[in-house]
Amino acid sequence: MTENDTIVAGARADGQQPLLQAEHVQLYFPVKSGDLIGRTVGHVHAVDDVSLSLAEGQTLGIVGESGSGKSTLARCLVRLLEPTSGTLRFHGGDITHLGRKPLQPFRREVQLVFQDPVSSLNPRKRVGQIVETPMRLNGMNRGDAASRVRELLERVGLNPEHVNRFPHEFSGGQRQRIGVARALANNPKLIVLDEPVSALDVSIQAQVINLLDDLQDEFGLSYVFIAHDLSVVRHFSDQIAVMYLGKFMEVSPAAELYSKPIHPYTEALLSAIPIPDPRENRARERRVVGGEPPNPIAPPPGCRFHTRCPRATEVCREVEPPLAEYAGGHLAACHHPLNVSSAEISAAARSPLSPLSAGELMPGGREGAAPGTQLPGVSRVTAGPSDAPDAQDGAG
Amino acid sequence: MNEQLLEVEDLEVSFATEDGLVRAVSGVSFTVSRGEAVAIVGESGSGKSVTVMTLMGLTRSPNSRFAGTALLHGEDLISAPEDKLEAIRGKEIAMIFQDPISALSPVQRVGAQIVEQIRAHEKISKAAALERAIELMGRVGIPNAQERARAYPHEFSGGMRQRVMIAMALSLSPSVLIADEPTTALDVTIQAQILDEIRQLSAESNAGVIFVTHDLGVVADIADRVLVMYAGRLVEQGTVDDIFYDPQHPYTWGLLGSVTRVDRDQPRRLPAIPGQPPSLVQAPPGCPFQPRCPHAFDRCRELPPLAPQLPDAGHLDRCWLKPSDKRALRETDGRIGLTEGAAS
Repeated sequence: MTENDTIVAGARADGQQPLLQAEHVQLYFPVKSGDLIGRTVGHVHAVDDVSLSLAEGQTLGIVGESGSGKSTLARCLVRLLEPTSGTLRFHGGDITHLGRKPLQPFRREVQLVFQDPVSSLNPRKRVGQIVETPMRLNGMNRGDAASRVRELLERVGLNPEHVNRFPHEFSGGQRQRIGVARALANNPKLIVLDEPVSALDVSIQAQVINLLDDLQDEFGLSYVFIAHDLSVVRHFSDQIAVMYLGKFMEVSPAAELYSKPIHPYTEALLSAIPIPDPRENRARERRVVGGEPPNPIAPPPGCRFHTRCPRATEVCREVEPPLAEYAGGHLAACHHPLNVSSAEISAAARSPLSPLSAGELMPGGREGAAPGTQLPGVSRVTAGPSDAPDAQDGAG
Repeated sequence: MNEQLLEVEDLEVSFATEDGLVRAVSGVSFTVSRGEAVAIVGESGSGKSVTVMTLMGLTRSPNSRFAGTALLHGEDLISAPEDKLEAIRGKEIAMIFQDPISALSPVQRVGAQIVEQIRAHEKISKAAALERAIELMGRVGIPNAQERARAYPHEFSGGMRQRVMIAMALSLSPSVLIADEPTTALDVTIQAQILDEIRQLSAESNAGVIFVTHDLGVVADIADRVLVMYAGRLVEQGTVDDIFYDPQHPYTWGLLGSVTRVDRDQPRRLPAIPGQPPSLVQAPPGCPFQPRCPHAFDRCRELPPLAPQLPDAGHLDRCWLKPSDKRALRETDGRIGLTEGAAS
């Protein structure tokens, strides 16, 4: 047992320092009243106590429906937003509340690719200027930058002769390649991909997915891949986290999530996806969950999924389940786990990634380990929005 | 086959633009029968939405040119004068749009919007129409319909708004229901609910459904018959099993191959379709898919007809390749895809 044992499986395997760590990260958006004073009348619990860790060269997929907080989490991870509480570490260094200047080296190493290739490219700049800007900001001279732009465009499958074209002259897939080229400009370590292919047609999706795959091997990139679609992340990820109303419901090695979903929400998501195979589709037993996600301003107590969950009981309404760690580093926050034997349940341990607000009750009715097994370095146990710094501060 | 409701014959739609004439739809023919769900699949720009919007008369403008016919109960939807079309539209043929927030009026209560549609076609009192609207809203799964009828569209979630659209489309029991990407903007769990709803309601009313989508999972889930469109043309047409298990056109292979699947492991590299869809302004002569097709040969410079190549007369495709060669060309390790010679 080493110190790194507090980290998700992917990082633990080789014992090296994880590239990116989030410890109990929360991000609450204040809801202001409409009057002149603009008092804060509530908070949108967009990201509510999420812990994760990502090792170098690995891909973490984050899946959730709209409003689950996955994009807000992505923006936190690249520090476009400042977490309300919790800690973000990059190469072990605390970056949670750094200002603009001290963040600069981090900005070079972490890049973001956006979902919408139209609005994420400046329509009045030529492609060459768009891709060149990160390098120029980084102090590269004009000539070097220009030749690197051509290199990058070629690498992402665009014609380097097109440096002087405007974004609107390209198709959707090509524009997304421009976004990727811009992200690669400063040789980043980590790229956060926020639904990079959902705006594209299937045949073009496959092209962009293959490109991202190749780039990862070639440059040893780590990815955080955000998607609402479980079938796209499957192709990519080493680990997949399923998010619902601001919390992780399940974190699992990629293949196992599909063969052995433990959380009923994951199962519901999997069962809702129509399979492109008519016979299998007809043969399949579909369980459609009713209802819609609750309001994130007043999330339900206990397990957040209990309002829609077919297995919910009294305990789900009262006690928030901790993330239980099953064999193989498969975590799930559920009082009534699926697809695990009673032996597996009794072998499960409370994961240190569990939210601080989670109860001690483990599946099977056991009390979890003592709270001494919390993540090291987390001192603030009550992480309310009131004592948190203003989220706007220094986020520019 | 059941009674044929809609017969589309050689439909052509083109738009005059500054860059030239855009041939959005060329020579499209198909039929829809009572109780049948027909899916139109294709990528953006393939002409699938223009086809169905033309049936609704929504592409009419000074810049658009039409040819061909679309007969619904013996009435031609393409050449019908506007007042005639108004009587048919909504009553005989109704549409559910992709984006309910822009399809609904933001300044009118949803109940009133459904009432307006009913009263445009039937002479009944406002109260009776509202009663019907509320009943419809309840039937499509909107809880508290009585109260919710007084709400504005922005007070609904995306899934609930789409249910309002469905209630509105079904308010006059149309014989043909067009659904243009009705679930694309929705989450998967909500998508499953809405698909169930459409399936159930169309079975009850025995309407013919045209389902436009780019999602092959949804197609496999809901369609009886599938039309595959590429660059404004039908390239293949058949039953859902024909298309998924015995696809004849290389573009269909490419589509099937590039879909990521949730239920099984994928090959490390997805078989993508190389290249980009062609411009519809200066369409290349011959087969529209030829520039991207790794199996293209000399004859592809000539446009193949949409014809049955197999003993099964209902399965049509537009390809010069010999049907007997196709199995070997499309499959690697039992997986269908556009592989041979395909670049990434």
